[in-house]
Amino acid sequence: MTVDVNRENPLLSRFEGRSPAMQVGIDIVKRGAIIAPVAILVGTLIWGTDGGASVALGLGLILVNMWLSAWIIDVTARISFAALAGGAMFGFLIRLSIISAVVISVRNVSWVDLVALGITIIVTHLGLLFWELRYISASLAYPGLKPGAGLASNDHSTSPKESVSS
Amino acid sequence: MSTLATALAQIEAADLKNIEAAGSAGFAYGLAAIGPGIGIGYLVGQAVQAMARQPESAGQVQTTMFLGIAFTEALALIGFVVFILLKFV
Repeated sequence: MTVDVNRENPLLSRFEGRSPAMQVGIDIVKRGAIIAPVAILVGTLIWGTDGGASVALGLGLILVNMWLSAWIIDVTARISFAALAGGAMFGFLIRLSIISAVVISVRNVSWVDLVALGITIIVTHLGLLFWELRYISASLAYPGLKPGAGLASNDHSTSPKESVSS
Repeated sequence: MSTLATALAQIEAADLKNIEAAGSAGFAYGLAAIGPGIGIGYLVGQAVQAMARQPESAGQVQTTMFLGIAFTEALALIGFVVFILLKFV
């Protein structure tokens, strides 16, 4: 990944190649897929089959949300830093709207347990973030060390490329 | 005016309580979303400035920015879940 630097207007600088945010987003989705069976099992044990289905729905919502967040940043970062800022803000609005629309539209469905769904949304969102943060913080603090196979794709170094374009 | 007064008089206390509860829950969700909105705006603005000043560290900045956005968004999600639980459970 390189950064195409625009010295005349730095806000028009842009990333080339896959952005680090996309790598992190895909990492989080992989971790979510790993914990999904356990989370659904725990949800089924606590709230029954409806709870298990609600946990699956909540986990799916969070994973789609994470992936969408990374994808929006990835796409807009290739346009310009200014587009990245706009994408992040409107992405927040769009993603929150999607989650709200999905949850409100399924609230009366027979197999949806809103308590299970709500707890899953909060716990998996924060849990996956802290899990990923453990690897990210290690790779940022000790770039030479890769404590685990999960870090193989977490090389966040960039090489700037000068291209003064108007 | 008299029609409005008649309509208001017909609203029972229970309905009024439901209306107030719905309004309060929606208000709480709105307030819960404002804070993260401001936070993400500030976070991304500073990150873009950092990337523009130091392109060589843009990768690290973007990684940190992405995680910061996700953590800030958790506040909005918590507000949303509380709204859902208050309103529909």
